[in-house]
Amino acid sequence: MPVFNQSRSRVIQFIFAGVFIAITGQLINLQLFSSKYKLAADNNAFYRKVIYPDRGIVFDRKKRGILENTISYDLVVIPSEARGTDTATLCRLLNIDTAVYKKRMRDLIFKNTSVKPSVFEALLTPEMFAKLNENMYRFPGFSLNERSVRTYPYNVGAAILGYMAEVDTGFLRRHRDDGYEMGDYFGSTGLESTYEKVLMGQRGIKRFIRDNKGRLQGSWENGAYDTAAVAGNNLYSSIDVELQQLGEKLMENKVGSIVAIDPKTGGILCMVSAPTYNPNYLTGNQRKKHLVEMLYFDPRLPLLNRTLGTFYSPGSTFKTMVGIIGMNEGVIDDQFTVSCGGAYYGCGRPMGCHAKGTFTLKPAISKSCNSYFAATYRRILENPKYPNRDSALNSFNQYAYSFGLGRRLGVDLPSEKMGNIPTPKYYHGIFGKNWQSCNIISNSIGQGEIATSLTQLANVMAIIANKGWYYTPHLIDSIEGGDQFGLLDKFRVKHKTKEIPEYIWEEVHEGMQGTMEFGTGFYAKVPGINVCGKTGTVENAYRGEKLKDHAFFGAFAPRENPRIAIAVMCENAGYGATSAAPIASLLIEKYLKDSVSGNDRKAKIEQLANMNLIPPQMKRQMVKRDSLRQAQQLAAAKKAARDTSGVEEAPEETDTDSSVTPNKPQPAKKGTKKDTANKVALLPEEQRKNNTKRKTAA
Amino acid sequence: MNRRNHQIATQGVDYLVIWLYAILVTIGILCIFMVEYRPGTDWFTSFLNGKTNYSKQLIFAGVCAIAATFILLTDSKLFTAFANLFYLAGILLMLATFVIGKNINGSKSWIPLAGGFNLQPAELCKIFAALALAKFLSRQEVDFSKIRSQLIAGAITLSPAVLSILQHELGLALVYTSFLIAMYREGLPAQILIIGSSFGVLVIATLILEPNILAIILTAIAAFVIFLLRKQIKKKKKLLTIIITIWLICVGVQRFVVPYIFNNVLECYQSTRIYSMVGKEYNCAENRKAQDKTNTNKPVRKPDDYNVRQSKIAIGSGGFFGRGFLKGTQTRGKYVPEQHTDFIFTSLGEAFGFVGCFIFLLIYLLLLYRIVRIAERQRSTFSRVYAYSVVSILFFHIAVNVSMTIGLFPIVGIPLPLISYGGSSLLTFTALIFILLRLDADRQMVLR
Repeated sequence: MPVFNQSRSRVIQFIFAGVFIAITGQLINLQLFSSKYKLAADNNAFYRKVIYPDRGIVFDRKKRGILENTISYDLVVIPSEARGTDTATLCRLLNIDTAVYKKRMRDLIFKNTSVKPSVFEALLTPEMFAKLNENMYRFPGFSLNERSVRTYPYNVGAAILGYMAEVDTGFLRRHRDDGYEMGDYFGSTGLESTYEKVLMGQRGIKRFIRDNKGRLQGSWENGAYDTAAVAGNNLYSSIDVELQQLGEKLMENKVGSIVAIDPKTGGILCMVSAPTYNPNYLTGNQRKKHLVEMLYFDPRLPLLNRTLGTFYSPGSTFKTMVGIIGMNEGVIDDQFTVSCGGAYYGCGRPMGCHAKGTFTLKPAISKSCNSYFAATYRRILENPKYPNRDSALNSFNQYAYSFGLGRRLGVDLPSEKMGNIPTPKYYHGIFGKNWQSCNIISNSIGQGEIATSLTQLANVMAIIANKGWYYTPHLIDSIEGGDQFGLLDKFRVKHKTKEIPEYIWEEVHEGMQGTMEFGTGFYAKVPGINVCGKTGTVENAYRGEKLKDHAFFGAFAPRENPRIAIAVMCENAGYGATSAAPIASLLIEKYLKDSVSGNDRKAKIEQLANMNLIPPQMKRQMVKRDSLRQAQQLAAAKKAARDTSGVEEAPEETDTDSSVTPNKPQPAKKGTKKDTANKVALLPEEQRKNNTKRKTAA
Repeated sequence: MNRRNHQIATQGVDYLVIWLYAILVTIGILCIFMVEYRPGTDWFTSFLNGKTNYSKQLIFAGVCAIAATFILLTDSKLFTAFANLFYLAGILLMLATFVIGKNINGSKSWIPLAGGFNLQPAELCKIFAALALAKFLSRQEVDFSKIRSQLIAGAITLSPAVLSILQHELGLALVYTSFLIAMYREGLPAQILIIGSSFGVLVIATLILEPNILAIILTAIAAFVIFLLRKQIKKKKKLLTIIITIWLICVGVQRFVVPYIFNNVLECYQSTRIYSMVGKEYNCAENRKAQDKTNTNKPVRKPDDYNVRQSKIAIGSGGFFGRGFLKGTQTRGKYVPEQHTDFIFTSLGEAFGFVGCFIFLLIYLLLLYRIVRIAERQRSTFSRVYAYSVVSILFFHIAVNVSMTIGLFPIVGIPLPLISYGGSSLLTFTALIFILLRLDADRQMVLR
């Protein structure tokens, strides 16, 4: 019997071979042709941890750090290990109650599982850290993780240094190849934003192996494939932090701005936008609250950089340019005189004037005579050299452009505004083809359609100081380790105005020096220094309501060898000589002499700092906001007592109008007010509820 | 053969099989080591302290070495003489589990022994069933071409299988079907195997295809066959009835039998596993047993194919050369469940890649072919049937275990021979192989 079944041995062997081949085939399929398994395995097992390098430090011109890093601590918890925690003590230290603790814990477990570490409380204050650190043994499962945050040691320069923000989807889409991830922070405004590439450094990546529950098992291949984090490069700025401090102090309780430039290099010495805020407000764990507060609830718009994010009519400071252009075009000379009897009548409607008398250019600048420059401007426009007014105005505009007006200067800060130099085409739209020089005569004294940012104005002062050239104003002089991205190249290019002979500049300098000695800037004299300056007073209105004039002052010093060119502007401060000019004079003295000397000068600082020049319309809005908020806080407090879980997101705070535009500050909406009113009206009822609740709880 | 040294135990022993056996056991211990290893531990001491699984497996291997020596030292007549007695004892042990059994991983098939070790009689019963089958088929009066003998042989092999199913050990029960290969070699009609495999194809087709489409396909095949055989059908009307009967049975199977089996015979998780094999989801609400359970016990767990997915990921991530010894990320992260027992192949696949797997499978194939050769050189029917039983059991374990880890077969809990962690399993395969070697060494003797 066995013999005749022997062939079946072969069949069995074939079956073995067949199954073996089938298995091999599937192995080839899995191991050689399916990359997805390898990918899935890596997704399973690797935990990619991004190591954030320290961001670069920003130094001022004397190598003092004005934007540095410091260590802050996060309270981190692994919920599954936090069972034996002394919850009551922890809540007491964190100033939260148990319900909040439980809610947060629930949220963390939901978001990040209970075996992985999650941040329970981010960016602890130093006191909180100290208190927690002593008691950590009571909180198993909790730990304190350090992380690097930005700090501003001098508490100044918020508008120029900028702050960091968490990336959003829009940012990620725009910077797809730059390696940002959800949860990262990036420089959102100011220098932080402009020099993001330099400051951020190079992030390192560590690869860890993790197990099936997401717990880390140690590094992959002992870190052979890890990349080290490279710290960001430091920036050396031209800012003088003491000057900046003084500037911010002087601008307290005012709305306006200061820009001071070193005319030789174009380096910005100080740049103040008032009202400002302590930049450290936007670093800690209260960041969001402060940001919302300033962004939506402060009618003074502290986040707006008024040095280049807004533009104004430059006022009389513009007259210097009109004079220079007039001289250079040959329509006036140093002998040209205009008599002013209190107003300019050349265009029918009289244009008021501060000074009476007969003027040549120099005293006209010193005394800021409107009639003189109106006459000059008309002569420029009706210059027989040009076939018509259009081309004359074009020629005038070419001068203006070469002075850096009507164009973005290219300052190394984001959101710079262009200002406005009106073109003939623009006037065609308003007055028709045959517009007259009288139509636009306001431009001659820096009113009308001409608009410049304060940085542009300061740059004009630098050009006059340099007698015809400038470097683009900038904050950063050099980058540690070299300028790899070519960010500073444009600041090394010397820009020249149209060819203007030396004697014209001398004439204007003379006039501007006169301003300080016997003219409109007399109160701003700096003892022992020849300052050349020009005041400006700009009429303005808000929603048809005539407001106090904006005060302007532009200057440079010393005349012989200019080291600082400065422009100061105070919104609605009235006559330029009482606020803007003395501020500029103090800053010039501070910069050139390294300190302000003399008791009366020092007293002047305090006097100016205490001078409250907040425009009345803003004051009204602030009062309105404050009373609204009081009502809200009352309502929120009542609500909090009722529902502890909603403390942070009290809805009254967040559902206000978010479309507040910078130009038309608007406080909270009417709807909000109504809402609050309802809450207040409900109060007795709430209280009763609370009482009953408490009773049941007891 | 050297007749002078006939009485020496090692005489005539097939050393190749012993070498392959030793290699495989070593690979097994190393694989378990890979699974359990944690960086930073002193592996040498933990190998000796008996607390880790690889250390325990090392002890098992030592015990097995002693057992193997004993087996080689016994007289081969012992196995023929006591075959039926062993079988009876094995069945009794299995019955005993229902009384004194210990519940491990949901199956009450273990008998607790001293020292924290447990014995699974169903494992040992493989040896006894193989011996009993060999004993039965080698009897002079048995004519295996007769239906009656075939039924008796079937009963011998299926009794332990039925007991295993009662113990909820489907995997072990399935192993007993591998005796079909041995029986096939001894003259079981090929039709049975063909019908059986056709049934398998039909079941898979039922799972994959829509019932109506499959019915149409079956009808089309029947019509095509009738068309091809129209001349023969004209001669023999009986052929037509046969074809139509087969067609009716097929349609009946796919329409009623298969759904019945899945919904009423199999457990919910078993149906789910089989469905997930072909990439479909099984609705447990249709399962009668699951319905019964939901009324009494906790709700049915959401079905998922986590095991297979992780197992395929681990093997697939190995690539051509693998990640290297102890460098498998999936192994270290414990992503594959039961990796030291049923899914031990994944650690090998991840660490050594396609090359490693291929060589490993070649070692197995070599062992199988070697045993087939040994079987064919036996003079006694007893030894040959036993050898074929051994190779069938080994083959079935290897094929099913490896196929299930790479997603070719639904998950059934059967170990990879000589590799998977487990004392009972290792001891069983050791005994199976060394009894064979003992019998082979004595192949010159005529055994009953």
